[in-house]
Amino acid sequence: MKKVSSEQLAVSSERKAVKRLCCLLLTAHCLLLTSGCRGEQSVLNPAGPQAGHVSRLWWLMFYVEAGVFLLVCIAVLLAIFRRRRERKKSGDEPDTSPDPQREQRMTRVIMGAVGMTLVILFVFLIASFTTGRGLYSPSDSQALSIKITGHQWWWDVEYDAVPASNIVHTANEIHIPVGQLVKFRLTADDVIHSFWVPNLSGKKDLIPGHEIILEFQANSPGEFRGQCAEFCGYQHAHMGLTIIAEPPDKFYEWMNGQRTPAAQPANESEQRGQQVFLNSPCIMCHTIRGTDAGGRLAPELTHLASRKTIAASTLPNTRGHLGGWIINSQEIKPGNHMPPVPLSSEELQALLDYLGSLK
Amino acid sequence: MKVVSGQWSVVSKKRVCRRQKVEGRKLLVLALYCLLPTAYCLLFSSCKREERGYRVEAPAASRINSVRLTELQPGESQPYTPVKNEYEENAYAMNEGKRLFTWFNCVGCHSHGGGGIGPALMDDKWIYGSQPEQIFATIVEGRPNGMPSFRGKIPDYQVWQLAAYVRSMSAQVKSDAAPGRDDDMNVGKPEQNRSKEEPKSGSIPKSAEMP
Repeated sequence: MKKVSSEQLAVSSERKAVKRLCCLLLTAHCLLLTSGCRGEQSVLNPAGPQAGHVSRLWWLMFYVEAGVFLLVCIAVLLAIFRRRRERKKSGDEPDTSPDPQREQRMTRVIMGAVGMTLVILFVFLIASFTTGRGLYSPSDSQALSIKITGHQWWWDVEYDAVPASNIVHTANEIHIPVGQLVKFRLTADDVIHSFWVPNLSGKKDLIPGHEIILEFQANSPGEFRGQCAEFCGYQHAHMGLTIIAEPPDKFYEWMNGQRTPAAQPANESEQRGQQVFLNSPCIMCHTIRGTDAGGRLAPELTHLASRKTIAASTLPNTRGHLGGWIINSQEIKPGNHMPPVPLSSEELQALLDYLGSLK
Repeated sequence: MKVVSGQWSVVSKKRVCRRQKVEGRKLLVLALYCLLPTAYCLLFSSCKREERGYRVEAPAASRINSVRLTELQPGESQPYTPVKNEYEENAYAMNEGKRLFTWFNCVGCHSHGGGGIGPALMDDKWIYGSQPEQIFATIVEGRPNGMPSFRGKIPDYQVWQLAAYVRSMSAQVKSDAAPGRDDDMNVGKPEQNRSKEEPKSGSIPKSAEMP
């Protein structure tokens, strides 16, 4: 019988606790990793032909590289175990005398690995070239054209139209028809941003003073999240956008709705809210078509209530969130260009009534 | 004797050298003691320059009650106490002022300081005063013959940022905090490198006189 001292017991229980903690951490880590698979912002869940090209390339690279990784692991393990076996046979002194047969075998293995690497790289080269060709297909002049301007930290969206009075202006929420190629004209107002909707296309930079074309198509209806993919300042992480792909008839219905000027205030409170809007700092930067507010420095609010989110896809568009945002947006997105607006509670409630009526 | 004295002199030279070394070391330590606090002071002096006050209260607007458009007063003239605009020591706030100067279309009349429809802001002439609170009042109240009143349209802290930037145009602020570059092409010197203009209270320009 072996006697186990209390100290040894303590050590073993400590070890168990450490093991348990490691297991827990590993599980949590795995859960965190899989949390990206929700689908509304994922390269692995393509919703159009362009994104399909990207995801096919991704999976090809994933499988090939997983295979290579596995082979390398096996080779390393083999080397470790063989060395140990040899050491047991020959004692502590390693055998360093050259063995011509073994040298030949090693040369063959290394040559084989180098050859395989070359072939794999060549396959990747061709695959990425064809993906590039697939992404930047010749442009279709009939395509719906949307101008996207990146600002710190929101997206200005303008649907080109002839005559100019039919231009639709909105922000942070892009509606597109399903099954049609859409042409995006990308530019920026202040610094470089990058437009990235993983479910629909690859990244494309927005550069001030330049116009860059990106085209893609959604094949199935749905809501996808986009994100600025180039560091652009303090609130870069909160510069999101929503793309809503809908059947063409629904899309054109939405577009006709957006073309109309803002709804007139229907009751006294909304009227008061409009007055508050026009006499407060709001009017310096925002536009509400059909009123005197015509600022182009901040998101267009003509149909604010029809949008799902506010603050560049940061908050859901509810009365409470909107109120908090107006009173002090610096607490929500510090450093953004919207100043805290000092309003009395009566003024704020009226303003929220009015903004809520802008369907 | 000669040899000995020579030896002695060698020893004494060594001793002198050592003494000099010790004194040099003492001096070095002393210099360090003097330099360290200076370095600390320098470090902390830059804090205000870099501070980004997203949630900071601006100088109170009520303090502009001391603004006078004329020096004439009934009775004995009261001493004038200027209001300090803390944004004038802060690079971020002044850059915000510079951004707002374009955003709120100040450039429409004043151009980028050189003037056009409105008076120039980078020279030494100040029609309605060169002090921070006087500029604040000019922006908020508006002035006859063209300067609109921005009362209620620009939050107070942004008006103070604008006032700080306006003063930086003629180098009335510290040059280490003044804006150093433009976002777009500019042919003039940046605010940081301008030479200071001595403010003169200018008379009302011909265009603004009563007919």
